[in-house]
Amino acid sequence: MNFNLAFYFPLFVVIVLIFIPLVGVGAGLQVVFGIVIPYLAILAFFAGMIYRILKWARSPVPYRIPTTCGQNRSLPWIKRSLRDRLENPENTIYVIGRMALEVLFFRSLFRNSRVELRPWREYPEGGRLIYWSDKWLWLGAIVFHYSFLIVLVRHLRFFTEPVLSFVHLLESVDTFFQIYVPAVYMSGIVLLVPLTYLLLRRVFNQQLRYISLASDYFPLFLILGIGISGVLMRYFFRVDIIAVKELAMGLATLHPKLPEQEIGLIFYVHLFLVSTLLACFPFSKLVHMAGVFFSMTRNMASNNRWVRHINPWEYTPRLFSYMEQEDLFRKQMKKAGIPLEKDIEE
Amino acid sequence: MSEIPKSEELIKIGYRPPERPWMDTKPEFREGNFCNAASAKWLEQLDYPYPRDWSVTDEDWKLPENWKEIFLKAMEDRLNRYRSFRLFMDICVRCGACADKCQFYIGSGDPKNMPVLRAELLRSIYRRYFTLSGRLFGRLAGARELTEDVLKELFYYLYQCSECRRCSVFCPYGIDMAEVTILGRELLSSIGINIEWVMASVGSCYRAGNHIGAPPHAYWDMIQFFCDECEETTGIRPHPTFNRKGAEILFIAPSGDYFADPGTYTFMGYLLLFEYLGLDYTISGYAAEGGNFGYFVSHEMGKRLNYKMYAEAKRLGVKWLLGGECGHMWRVLNQYMDTWNGPADFLEEPVSPVTGTKFENATSHKMVHVCEFTADLIKHGKLKLDKSRNDHINLTYHDSCNPSRAMGILEEPRYIIRNVCNNFYEMPENTIREKTFCCGSGSGFNADEYMEVRMRGGLPRANAVRYVHEKYGVNHLGCICAIDRAVFPALMEYWVPEMDIIGIHEMVGNALIFPGEKERKTDLRERPFKGVKPEEIEEE
Repeated sequence: MNFNLAFYFPLFVVIVLIFIPLVGVGAGLQVVFGIVIPYLAILAFFAGMIYRILKWARSPVPYRIPTTCGQNRSLPWIKRSLRDRLENPENTIYVIGRMALEVLFFRSLFRNSRVELRPWREYPEGGRLIYWSDKWLWLGAIVFHYSFLIVLVRHLRFFTEPVLSFVHLLESVDTFFQIYVPAVYMSGIVLLVPLTYLLLRRVFNQQLRYISLASDYFPLFLILGIGISGVLMRYFFRVDIIAVKELAMGLATLHPKLPEQEIGLIFYVHLFLVSTLLACFPFSKLVHMAGVFFSMTRNMASNNRWVRHINPWEYTPRLFSYMEQEDLFRKQMKKAGIPLEKDIEE
Repeated sequence: MSEIPKSEELIKIGYRPPERPWMDTKPEFREGNFCNAASAKWLEQLDYPYPRDWSVTDEDWKLPENWKEIFLKAMEDRLNRYRSFRLFMDICVRCGACADKCQFYIGSGDPKNMPVLRAELLRSIYRRYFTLSGRLFGRLAGARELTEDVLKELFYYLYQCSECRRCSVFCPYGIDMAEVTILGRELLSSIGINIEWVMASVGSCYRAGNHIGAPPHAYWDMIQFFCDECEETTGIRPHPTFNRKGAEILFIAPSGDYFADPGTYTFMGYLLLFEYLGLDYTISGYAAEGGNFGYFVSHEMGKRLNYKMYAEAKRLGVKWLLGGECGHMWRVLNQYMDTWNGPADFLEEPVSPVTGTKFENATSHKMVHVCEFTADLIKHGKLKLDKSRNDHINLTYHDSCNPSRAMGILEEPRYIIRNVCNNFYEMPENTIREKTFCCGSGSGFNADEYMEVRMRGGLPRANAVRYVHEKYGVNHLGCICAIDRAVFPALMEYWVPEMDIIGIHEMVGNALIFPGEKERKTDLRERPFKGVKPEEIEEE
């Protein structure tokens, strides 16, 4: 896809998305942006996710095709390390282990390497391939996902009363460094760093830039917009937090009500971007969140040789039987002294 | 054979993608970068759709009139039948982790050989015809129309993926390009687009019994020739049987092992080993092929060829199956056979008649890998081996893609190697085991007309061999795959000419000490053992 289109179009869309609530709320449509749209977004999110998940779950898994990344179960004396067992799992327990490593620690991404073709005069062909360990993508991804998760969980304080104790705990850890008033959440700041890295990587890495679609930049801009509006709202353009909580509790308890006090405009921008993210989530590449659990190269045991896998739609195609072959070659086979099913009558 | 640039030229690879967006570029077919189209006769023999004679370089591929409709219908059908297909179309985030993991990308620099983009070629069609966003926003959502140019592009790149699964090791979601390629090729097949090398092999295998088209009597003749050869070089004559009912074991080797050097020496190794053991086994002219080129066309064709193994085991009344050294053969046997053609309830759970070891990991599909079988023999001290007979061999070992990433048979061959060979050196860590590179010719690419792509795809492997050659003086490349043995000679000739290719059981055959044998001075290739002067051999 053309870079300008892939990059600037989603950027433009996100900017428009920022202006929509500014205009709308300015025109007094608080109910729409504070209640109606968030509900619709949540509805779209759950309906969409359920639709996607059912679509995957309903389609059959004809073959058991795990990608094996370690020694398989073999003769009893062939040593298998824990790593082998996790990366070439022989049963469900190790499959769970493998999936946990994948989902919680991004195991496969951790393997990442970078290849360099270097001129090498010592070799007659003049070049040597060198494989560098390359963990930056892994680091960017894991920091991004975990800080996002923490930010998300932290937001539960708006939706629960009394606030759940683990949310308090998380907050106190997150604000461990008291460098500013109000207390700075590290996760919020940290979230923006890998996000920026992932964006810059897409723009400046030639290969990545070449493959990137508008739908790759869009979520990045959108989440950046959410993060930045959140940071601005907390530290610079303060909004009435009591009012925000009142609105959030109303939404959560299905008794939506606009608070008496005005909430700052920027809150509606934040909320609208979040709503957009939720609504788009199931229909974008972000579904990988649920999809990863369905990946049959990771979530199946490599036990085909001792536990038969059944394909629900297996059918019998046209087959070529032994007798058909013998019929074709009987004379020559007999001459070669090969035993026959049906001898030639002399 | 097509002319290819010299290795010093070929290795000058540019990785900078072109300025034009990938949807606006199309491949240029020229000699050396495509496989010939399959001729009508093979498709007719196999009742495969739209047989016709056509040429890849022709403007008109003589497609059926409603090809687009057929293609999309076939695609919808696969999306509904394979969760893998739908999922892998949906969840890619284009993180790029797979990009430089593909040997065809490393060797060509063509961005559409990055697994992510190769899959996008199909994904863009999926989005256009099967997702709402693609229908609504078209190109903006990464969707595009299916045109004849797009079809040709698919053909070009799906036949530059050797289904090796290396990308799927690195993908954070385990997206497997091999699966996309397998299904993508099925779609091409559904409108009569196939390659000659694969279809000729499949057609031959279907009737004659093996990819090389050798009917039973010809195969049996070859086996006897190998027995002569064994007798000549070792003084021992093996006594295999053919199509014999009531044997305990049916042994199935890939045809590459009886078709051409150096695979044939591996076959001689099998024969000598079985003779040494006095194994009660037979070889079949019907289930004569271990490999399965059908799997390179479609799941269905894979099943049709694989069917013969169990059918023949049943007819001959054997107890279990023993399989030779072969790569994709073992992917099929491990991950598909039991599902396709099982249950093999007429067979017994495999037990080694020599050691009594029960192969607990093969109790359902009832087939044992010859490396497992031999490793078990060595472990139990059942083989008398003279390692020094392989001292003229400085070995490195190539893990074949499929046994590594679709099975995990990593230690067994190494165990055998360490017991038959004194000089063994591993290639760099990023190029072995689950991270091994393809030979560049897997999944049906070993056609002569495809040399340039094969040399490019084989570059990462060859370059790692170069490394151990320079560092340790390695002169032999070992492997447990018949395609490897068939294609490495050309690849090494091109990149690292000092290298010989050798199967693991050839080295077993070299090292085996038969009771009362004559003094052996040469290996199975009639090359003198280390320390034996050439004059000594000529005297005899």
